[in-house]
Amino acid sequence: MRSTLTTVWSLINRFLEWFGDLGLFAWQVLRAAVRRPFEGRELMRQLDEIGSRSLPLVALAGAAIGFVLALESRSSLARFGAKSMLPAALVYSIIHETGPVVTGLVVSGRVGAGIGAELGSMKVTEQIDAIEASGVNPYKFLAFTRIVACILMLPLLTLAADFCGVLFGWIADTLVDPVSFHRFINQGFVGATFSDFLAPTFRTAVFGLIIGMIGSFQGMRTQGGTAGVGLSATSSVVLSSLFVILADVILVKFILVFFS
Amino acid sequence: MMPPQQEVLVGVEESGAIPAIESSGGERDAPAVALRGLHRSFGSQIVLNGIDLTVGSGETLAVLGRSGTGKSVLLKVIIGLQKPDSGSIRIHGEEITRLDLDALNEIRKKMGFLFEHAALYDSLSVEQNVAFPLKRHTKMTASEQRDRVKELLAAVGMENDLKKMPSDLSGGMQKRVGLARALALEPGILLLDEPTAGLDPITSGEIDELILKLQEEHHMASIVVTHDLHSAKTIADRIALLHDGTVLIEGSFKELEKSDDEFVSEFLQRDS
Repeated sequence: MRSTLTTVWSLINRFLEWFGDLGLFAWQVLRAAVRRPFEGRELMRQLDEIGSRSLPLVALAGAAIGFVLALESRSSLARFGAKSMLPAALVYSIIHETGPVVTGLVVSGRVGAGIGAELGSMKVTEQIDAIEASGVNPYKFLAFTRIVACILMLPLLTLAADFCGVLFGWIADTLVDPVSFHRFINQGFVGATFSDFLAPTFRTAVFGLIIGMIGSFQGMRTQGGTAGVGLSATSSVVLSSLFVILADVILVKFILVFFS
Repeated sequence: MMPPQQEVLVGVEESGAIPAIESSGGERDAPAVALRGLHRSFGSQIVLNGIDLTVGSGETLAVLGRSGTGKSVLLKVIIGLQKPDSGSIRIHGEEITRLDLDALNEIRKKMGFLFEHAALYDSLSVEQNVAFPLKRHTKMTASEQRDRVKELLAAVGMENDLKKMPSDLSGGMQKRVGLARALALEPGILLLDEPTAGLDPITSGEIDELILKLQEEHHMASIVVTHDLHSAKTIADRIALLHDGTVLIEGSFKELEKSDDEFVSEFLQRDS
């Protein structure tokens, strides 16, 4: 019993310590961010790396979700005689929840692991020290640029996932019961307002902040050679996915209160 | 505290000469590096226990000692990558231990650092690695940067490998490129961490010759951390032997050879 309590206490301690370190890291990044130079070229490189290179995977995930959702929902709705509600149910589901969460999780897997491994590798080979020794702030050059790129790119990637989801949902539907894309879209967006789009899409900017921040933090605190790099990559994915899901729960409640 | 030295980054002159960094301020006659009572520990392990060292402009000091005696830590403390627990570090007379990051970065621009494993940025080519400090800290145009990079790489015998990636280079070649990058901003102080470690004797000799040649041309103050006694003998004006976190003995190689200290004699015999 005593040893269990000690283990639990030690876990709580480690968690609080990790959070404290993350807070200090965020403060360092924020402080570096407001000072010149603003590393525009590196930011552009990261926008390309994080945005355009994640697009195929995100689009594929969105398309698969839309296709499967249409097939599954069709039979469920048919049971209640609400087959005509399929486009609206699909569009609502993808835009409000499935698109943002799938994008967040896919990007946290691809980009979170990438940032954790890249910065971790730079840390253990003293490349981050070399950047610092040459008078360049690594918090700005490495972390801030990646975090901002994630924040800017997640909403755009979400739009791409949403579009592919709706498109492939229509394809799945029209394979069973042919309907024009124009009509499908009209039925899908009936009663939808701009805020239906805006809040869920921009919620993913918070997911971007989480992925960029945790990936950079885990990478830049890597210790212990190649094993440490592997651990940083894995922990970046696990922690950013976990916090994306937690943030989703909190933000959905927040959006329902303030935007519905 | 003295005001931070002002650096003026100048562009290419009409004559086409390579831009240089002009310094003003600071104490004119102060040594390039002066360490007083430097302490650094990791937990209960005391690594530096009151280090006193001085290096003048144009002078080369080799720091020797057994593995784990804090030689590399000493270099990292001097350039501000690690904070000392106590003690003073003066660079050209300016105390740097209490400087904020911006002021410290200004001082770092006057120092070049060659890491033990070169620490080249592996996502950048040789050319981009050497151009990295120039892009960040000078107002050179792209063509001026290219000229400067070519000049630096020619000085270390790597002018034909501009487009290669660090992973395509041998250990010795990486050290050369690391040296070129360290010299990019024409530093007044050069810190070299094990410049010949892991290299064969011939390549080690070439690196030593290169360091000597660069010393002659640039007249920098250098601190070389090394295990290689032969290398230290070749390139250094003075040698400091670290033991138990302090400087056990300091002087020319001949002075070290005359020492009666048992550890000094054993160290010199083992390494010779």
